[in-house]
Amino acid sequence: MVVEHVEYREVIHPPVVESMTGQMRTENLSVFYDKTRQALFDVTLEMPARSITALIGPSGCGKSTFIRALNRMNEVIPGTVTTGRVYLDDIQIYDKRVDVVLLRRLVGMVFQRPNPFPRSIWENIAYGPRLAGIRKRSELDRIVEESLRKAALWDEVKDRLHESALGLSGGQQQRLCIARALAVNPRVLLLDEPAAALDPIATGRIEELLLQLKEELTIVIVTHNLQQAGRIADRTAFFLLGRLIEVGPTARIFENPGDERTEAYVTGRFG
Amino acid sequence: MKDVSVFTPAGRLLSSGLVSAVYRRRRLMDLLMTGLAGLAVLVAVVPLFSILISVAIRGLSALNLDFFTKMPVPIGETGGGVLNAIVGSGILVGLGTLIGLPIGLLSAIYLAEYGRGRLADTIRLFTEVMSGVPSIVVGIFAYAIVVRPLHHFSALAGGVALGILMIPVVTRTAEEMIRMVPQSLREAGLALGLPRWRVTVSIVLPSAASGIVTGAMLAVARIAGETAPLLFTALNNAFFSTSLLRPIASLPVQIYTYATSPYEELHRIAWGAVFVLVMMVLITNLLTRLAVRSGYEMKR
Repeated sequence: MVVEHVEYREVIHPPVVESMTGQMRTENLSVFYDKTRQALFDVTLEMPARSITALIGPSGCGKSTFIRALNRMNEVIPGTVTTGRVYLDDIQIYDKRVDVVLLRRLVGMVFQRPNPFPRSIWENIAYGPRLAGIRKRSELDRIVEESLRKAALWDEVKDRLHESALGLSGGQQQRLCIARALAVNPRVLLLDEPAAALDPIATGRIEELLLQLKEELTIVIVTHNLQQAGRIADRTAFFLLGRLIEVGPTARIFENPGDERTEAYVTGRFG
Repeated sequence: MKDVSVFTPAGRLLSSGLVSAVYRRRRLMDLLMTGLAGLAVLVAVVPLFSILISVAIRGLSALNLDFFTKMPVPIGETGGGVLNAIVGSGILVGLGTLIGLPIGLLSAIYLAEYGRGRLADTIRLFTEVMSGVPSIVVGIFAYAIVVRPLHHFSALAGGVALGILMIPVVTRTAEEMIRMVPQSLREAGLALGLPRWRVTVSIVLPSAASGIVTGAMLAVARIAGETAPLLFTALNNAFFSTSLLRPIASLPVQIYTYATSPYEELHRIAWGAVFVLVMMVLITNLLTRLAVRSGYEMKR
């Protein structure tokens, strides 16, 4: 079953999305840059709904490429070719009929460096919903507050919603970016090293937040910080040189890895 | 040379031998280079200020209310103004901007955001070549495509010539500015589910706005002073005209005509016109910057 060009309004609020679990799954996913350089080899991985899946591995192992394949973000880079299948529930997202714009509203993304728009805090959050056709100020105000509360940022910014988002600290900016992604009511949240540029306290906040958010969302997070994966992830997948080496419950991956390369990595012998 | 002692306090105190010689040479070199850079700045700035000052001195004395509100008077009479040329320049520059700015800006957006491969490279090459084409050649082109078919000189032809001159300047600066917008902002927009064109219009362009406006102002300043391409397109007009289909006066052409005439009085008016032209460019520039600043940049 494939969702065809559904009106955005329909997709955000309505049955299609409400009934969607947000589970994601890849089958034999490969990604090539410049048509010849292969960055990802034949990855088959399941990311269950209402849980956090962490992707770990040394730099250049394909984690980021993998996560960017889940909302077709790799297509932004010219010359990228993706083969295999990626499912959101039972929708094959690389199907020609899938509207990538709609897909990205359902599968939100937060990047390594906080990237708020050079606008006010309020405008940053209201951006997505506005484009969805929500015009009523009161409705937008409600969404802004709700999203900021979900991102645990409301109390810190409620008195300066109309000041520039660039005036926030790095950690606050990153939570703002999470709030911005939540404002369009996605089913999946992808995070590409969201705490890499943050201090330990800000990192702790983000981790707490993710643990709350997983009650409603499928969360996939790329991290270089093994302790972070250990603290928050239900399942952990280890990547090496573009291949998925091993995946399983986080505790097992760390305590009893099935592959010697995984063991070498999680015990700090390389990477 | 492996003399680590250079980096130790003891090494710095060494006052003889290789170490101090190296240091002295570096300091001299540093002084020399700083001096050369300062000299270069002076060489660049002195002529600029000397021009501005002499324009101000000679131009201001020619100015009075009549200068802006009256038409030129016949030779021999004193007084009169260049109202027709001021209005004419306004119309020509406005028309040129109306033609050149959208085309230039759209090409820049295409080149920076969408253009790939052969076509984009070709367009970029042509833009570079176009910015090097002498303005009189552009005048001839406008003559061929507007004046010839219409059988007479016109403001429209002048506007077309100026517009064509403006395109490469706008395209090159705007493309640079658009490219400087960080990729992460585009990705943020795309990841929110904005279509590509929305990302361009509502994220990339506002972020690049102040740079684009600066580029556009440079382009306006450039065409405001152009004389050659107007000589056989807009021609000149001794009378007041706002018609796009008739010849029209302009400040640069008026300055050229007056400056090459043998009459002292006309030279004086030419200086006044030069001053007015410089001020027009300056004021437009300032006003636009002000508007952009209050429109897009937010207080931190």
